[in-house]
Parts: sequence; C-alpha cells; structure tokens
Amino acid sequence: MSNPVPRSVELTRTPGFERRLRQRYAAERRFRLAGLGAILFSVAVLLFLLVTMTINGIGGFQRATLKVPVAFSQVSLALPQGLDSEGAAIRALESQGLPEVIDDFARETLGEEAADELSPDAWRVAAEQIIDDPTLLDRDAQLILPASENLSAALAGDGQAALQPLARRLAAEGVLAERLDLGFLSRSDATDSQLAGIWGALKGSILTMLVTLALAFPIGVLSALYLEEYAPRNRWTDLIEVSINNLAAVPSIIFGLLGLAVFLTLFPSLRSAPLIGGMTLALMTMPVIVISGRNAIKAVPPSIRDGALAIGASPVQVVFHHVLPLALPGILTGTIIGMARALGETAPLLMIGMRAFVATPPDSLTDPATVLPVQIFLWSDEVDRGFVERTSAAIIVLLAFLLVMNGLAIYLRNRFEKTW
Amino acid sequence: MVTNPISNAEPKMRARDVSVYYGTKKAIDAVSIDIPTEYVTAFIGPSGCGKSTFLRTLNRMNDTIASARVEGRIELDGEDIYESGMDVVQLRARVGMVFQKPNPFPKSIYENVAYGPRIHGFAEGKADLDAVVERSLRRAGLWEEVKDRLEDSGTALSGGQQQRLCIARAIAVEPEVILMDEPCSALDPIATAKIEELIDELRGRYAIVIVTHSMQQAARVSQRTAFFHLGHMVEYGETSQIFTTPRETRTQDYITGRYG
Repeated sequence: MSNPVPRSVELTRTPGFERRLRQRYAAERRFRLAGLGAILFSVAVLLFLLVTMTINGIGGFQRATLKVPVAFSQVSLALPQGLDSEGAAIRALESQGLPEVIDDFARETLGEEAADELSPDAWRVAAEQIIDDPTLLDRDAQLILPASENLSAALAGDGQAALQPLARRLAAEGVLAERLDLGFLSRSDATDSQLAGIWGALKGSILTMLVTLALAFPIGVLSALYLEEYAPRNRWTDLIEVSINNLAAVPSIIFGLLGLAVFLTLFPSLRSAPLIGGMTLALMTMPVIVISGRNAIKAVPPSIRDGALAIGASPVQVVFHHVLPLALPGILTGTIIGMARALGETAPLLMIGMRAFVATPPDSLTDPATVLPVQIFLWSDEVDRGFVERTSAAIIVLLAFLLVMNGLAIYLRNRFEKTW
Repeated sequence: MVTNPISNAEPKMRARDVSVYYGTKKAIDAVSIDIPTEYVTAFIGPSGCGKSTFLRTLNRMNDTIASARVEGRIELDGEDIYESGMDVVQLRARVGMVFQKPNPFPKSIYENVAYGPRIHGFAEGKADLDAVVERSLRRAGLWEEVKDRLEDSGTALSGGQQQRLCIARAIAVEPEVILMDEPCSALDPIATAKIEELIDELRGRYAIVIVTHSMQQAARVSQRTAFFHLGHMVEYGETSQIFTTPRETRTQDYITGRYG
C-alpha cells in the first residue's frame, strides 16, 4: 500500500554506509588538519628565523659612539673651495691637522683614558660631517664619533675587564652610547668592526646578479624556446634534456671549480671580479631557467599556436607574438627563483677569489669585489663581538634583498598573467 | 568514382589520390575530391574516420604534427600546395581555418581581428586597419555586439561570440577558402544557429569546407556532402542527393543511423 522505498535509499540508509560516510569525513578532517599543521610549522620556523635575526642584527645597525665637544672657533681649520672629490677634501683637512684637533679636544674634555679609546678613524668621520655641513667649522659642535672596538665590547659587558669601569662611567655621563649607524649601509668592509659596512658587498652582489641575469636569461629562454618549439624529438634532444636536468642538480662548488679552471685561466687578471662571479653563477642559473621556461612554454595551449598558424603567422611570429608573452610569467618566476638561489650562493664564489678583503666598493664589473653571502661567511669567522652583530645585520640586508627580488617576481607574474 | 558531380566551374581546390600517414598508420586512403568555390562542402562520417585529418591537409596544418606524412596531390587554383614552390605562410593566408574549440588569442577583440592583416601588411595605417576590423566583424555578425568594447579581451566573450570572433579573424585576411573543423560542437543550439546562418551568408564569397558530426547541420548548411568512413571517402555528391538517394549502402546505413 505504501510507496516502495527507492533502491538508492535502501542502499544508502544502512548502518554500514553511514559508518563509511563518517570515516570519509574524518579522513577529510585529518587531511585538512595535517595541511594546516604543515603551514603553521613553516610559518613558525620562518618567524623564529626572522625574529632571531632581527634581535641579533639590530645591534649591527648601531655602534658605540662618543660625544666629543669640539670648539672649532678656537682653531683655524678651513674647508678649501673647489675640491671635486670627497677624498681630496678629507686629505686637505688632514693636512691642516684635523686628527690632532679632534684628539686634543677629546683629551681635554673626556680625559686621557677615554680619548685613547676613540676609534683611530674618528677624525675621518668628523671630516665627513664637516664636508656635509661646512658651517660646523665656525661654531662649537658636539661631534658623535665612533669608539674603539675594545670600548664597544666593554660597553656591551665583555672584552677587557680593565675598560669596563671606564665604559660604565662614560655611559652614565651620557657620553658613550649605542647610536643608530646608518653608515653601515654605505661603508665597505673594514678590519675594525665599528667601521665595517655592507655597501661594498651589496654592490658586488648587485653587479654580479646583473651579469648573471644578462647571461642566463637570454641563453636560458632561447634554449627553452628552441627545445620546445623547434628541436625535433629524437635521441639527441632527449640527451640534451637529461643533461640539462643533471646540470640543474650539480652541486654549486663544482661550478666554482669550473669557473676557476676555465674563466680564470682565460682571464687571469679578473680574479674576484663580479664579471667572473656572474659568469660562474650564470652557468648554475641557466639550467633552472631552461627547465622552468620549458614547462611554461609547454603550458601554452596548442590551440593558440594553431590559431596563429592558421591565419598565416610564421613560426617565429607564433613564438614571439603568442607563445612567449603567455609563457613569460612562468619564465620570470623560474628566473627569479634561480636568481635568488644564485644570490645566496657562497661556495662557487670562494673558488674564484671573491672572498678577498675588499675595502672599497667595486666601481665596475672588473673591479675586485665580494658579495653578501661571502661577506657574511667572512664576518662569521671573526672573533670580535662587533662582527657577530654585523653578521646578523648583513643577513638582514641579504634577506631584504631576497624579499625585494621575490616581491618583484610576484609583481611581474601578476602583471603579465593572462587567462585563456 | 565521381569526384565532381556538378562540373560547371573550375574547382577551387582539387585533391587527387591523397593519403595521409601518422607514422606507419594510414589515416586517409587515396581520397580524390574537387571543392568548388561559392559553395559549402560538408565532410561527414563517424568519429575517427579521417575527415578532420583530411581537412587539415588542405592548409597544411598537418605539418605541425611531426609523424604525419601526406602523399598525393592537392591543388589550390591548379597549384600543388605541397610543392616546394608553395609557401606555407602564403597558403594559410589564402586558406583560413576555424577550429572545433573557439581559440581567440588572449588579446583584445580588436587585436584578435587585426592580427592577421597586420602580420601580412594588408592594411596601411590605423584608419585602414580599423576599417578592416569593422568589416570583418560585420561579416561575422559580431560588430553590433562588440563595437563598444573592442578593447575587451577576446576570451571574455561567450562561446558562440568567441567562435564568431575566430571566423572574423579568419576572414580579416581575405582568404579564398575557409576550413571549419566542427565549428559548432562546443556551442549551444542558439549559438549554433547563428554560426550556421553566418556560414550561409559567407558562402557567396568563399569556398567553405565544414567538418561536422551532425548530419542535420550538414543538410542545413551545405550544398555538397562527402561521406568519410575508415579513412576512405565513400561518397561525394550534392547534399540533397546524399541524404535522399545515397548510392552506397554504407552511406545509407550511416545516414539512417545504423552506425556512427
């Protein structure tokens, strides 16, 4: 008399079915939690890294400085007119006796003990301040000048025990203090941690990356295009594909040895130059660009190629008008990933001499230079406490550089991305 | 075998003993056919019978498939298109193609249509190009719908509009022959009706060859029909004759729905 129960209801309203249904939902929940856990773990590790780096590195952007009152009105120093370079102006001030003037005033106002702990290059810092503001010479000024490494360590509570009372006294008087040192970003390497800066290594990194990009990007993209669009599929292209994949997995030190054996044999005078560094890193980056480029090109739908071919576009027009613009976001992402890897690379650059102590930033691609990761490696070897903080600060600079590059990659990808 | 049942004018394209191989597999076996101008020729047949393969030999799109090999002779106005003297870019400017799935370029509507004339240098200056774009979109029956948004992406249009855009793109280079590979199979009935109407309007100007799965469509839009089966062209004749009094039993069986 009642309607017959449909077969599908009969099959799904059983305890067994409902139990299996609960298991399926439980499996989904477990999967989602595992995924969430993985993300949270990665975020936690990243945060830990960033927080530790920031806490340690913040000191690297500061340095111990002494406040020295200098009454320039009592001495006859003059900044000569018409000097074109800063170096010449500093030399002119040195010959007029600026170092002695600074030393005398320090002894007079801070005492013999404290004046001895002024950084030997303090007068240079004073000279730079005078060049920035020549009116200083007409009045009495409070100059903020770097302290010596030893006093800096004493201020932080270690180093020579004998200096610690002095540091405490000067700090209490407000003469000695850790002050923000933006000069860290504009100076180069130095043996004294209080005078060391990152600009030389940063500039070396930028120059090296430019060489790497200029070599690896065109060669990598052209190789990818040729392999995908023109090369016949045969044993030779299979062999090339395997070789490129292998090349991408070769440890970077091997590329360094290759650069040493080939590039430095060909151009022995270019040891430590960003040009050679860039060439070596380009070898390493190129396979990454080829692989990501081929994948991006493969992802361009064949229907777009057909459409262009069918109205009479020549193969090269198909490639440059259609395939390349559509593949570009993928190629750029791969390129930046490769470049980011190259930026952080240390080992191959040690091989070609970019670990030298370079106190002036490179002015051209052929000047001796060092790069950020090598600078970090070199400073982390130093025992001086000042360099420990400088190392962390350099790491922050490197991470910021990486962040800028990756941000650029995401911006470019979104800018060029098209849907079809 | 009768290859040109209505032998009034010189055929636009002429195929003689055309065989196509994919590797060692023979996909098309000795097909001979004459394609007249100002008519619509339909290729019908069950899936995998080789009708699309044969269509793609007519503008050498098979060249893009490494393993494909074509034997025999295909002429366009008496010239062998597989001869070394015939340039493939020139051939495709003269023999346009519309594909099964609408494939507008991910560029603006204007750029989609202007692309062909631009690469071939058919338009002098911006005003001329504008005129070509408008004329092509009008002929494709799309102008009224898109004239206010020519800078929008072609991929933002509906499926039927995209397909008409592809037709506009093909006719912008003033081809003599238009090949259509199942142009309506991805479209709904209303969009299909619009395309069929368009094909009917275009036929006075071009030789049109259309591959279709739908026998009703072949009956509606074409004047000539060729029936393909397992790589052979079984029968070719006037559409009305093929659908009412087919000479071959295989044709009859297919048309009456006994297989396919």
